[in-house]
Amino acid sequence: MGTHRGAGRMAVLGLALSAAACAAPRQAPLYQWGAYPGAVYAYLKGANAELGSQILELEALVQKNAASGAATPPGLHAHLGLLYAKAGDDASAARHLQAEKQLFPESTTYMDYLLKKAAR
Amino acid sequence: MSRDLGPALPPAAALRRWVGALAAVAALSLGGCATPPPARDYTAFLQARPASVLVLPPLNETPEVLATPSVLSQLSVPLAESGFYVLPVSLVDETFKANGIQTAADAQQIGRAKLRDIFGADAALYVLIRRYGAVYKVVSSETTVTLEARLVDLRTGQLLWNGGASASSAEQNSSSQGGVVGLLVKAIVEQIASNIGERSHPIAGIASQRLLGAGRPNGLLYGPRSPRYGSPPPPAPPR
Repeated sequence: MGTHRGAGRMAVLGLALSAAACAAPRQAPLYQWGAYPGAVYAYLKGANAELGSQILELEALVQKNAASGAATPPGLHAHLGLLYAKAGDDASAARHLQAEKQLFPESTTYMDYLLKKAAR
Repeated sequence: MSRDLGPALPPAAALRRWVGALAAVAALSLGGCATPPPARDYTAFLQARPASVLVLPPLNETPEVLATPSVLSQLSVPLAESGFYVLPVSLVDETFKANGIQTAADAQQIGRAKLRDIFGADAALYVLIRRYGAVYKVVSSETTVTLEARLVDLRTGQLLWNGGASASSAEQNSSSQGGVVGLLVKAIVEQIASNIGERSHPIAGIASQRLLGAGRPNGLLYGPRSPRYGSPPPPAPPR
């Protein structure tokens, strides 16, 4: 009898798992985005007056992600580099472009293009 | 000897029952997931294995000038969460402008070899904004965003995927599209209802998510940075 019950429980568990697998395309986010998309929207709208506060906000996000072990999304360091370049801080700009390249080697061609332009 | 520690059946018979039960579960679970084969041909996508995507500034067919920055700033999240590296859209925009490319139409005309050369991306995403903003009806207005997109391989010029998606503030009133998504749309819209000019922005975020979230029927496949990379193409949408 034990076997029948065990097999029955097994079957129920299997069904529950398979139902969950079918119905659940949910998964934890790969990245912690925070204020980054909003900052890009503000930038694209031409809100350059907010450069300083945007830099502070995104630097805080980088710190927070580092502290919590959350992954920083693609483009965040690159965007920070752009904000620093606009603010006239070329050293910080280059540092963040390098960080983007290190985190995402897929960006190497473009980051090298930007770094070369900046060096000229 | 009255302790009932083991199966009442001889081991071989017990094993057969276990195997039978497991086989039944496997058959049922396969049946549960069995859906029509994908309607879309993913052959080119699977062969190209794109890892990085250059999102070009979206073409805007609407009179709303905020549509392009709104949509452009929100396409990266679903693409990156689907497992692709997304070139930073703000910097890409700056590079275009520095090279005399002022409009989305001009940007979308640039040859793929040139794009590949500068940005190094495997694929480019060409987006068209069909609708963005308020549609006025007799008794109320609704905010709708409708997007279309093509993913093109920058190495070969081959079309890898195309699709469209829509989101609307009216969804919470529709029984067919209720549920969690409907509630979410309603909540977001009410949250920012005081700011009429920006009402379409969160709707555009939902449309972007529907457009580019991998694993949807006829949707994008997962990219290399997703733990689901390599999972089979999504099934065709239910009829």
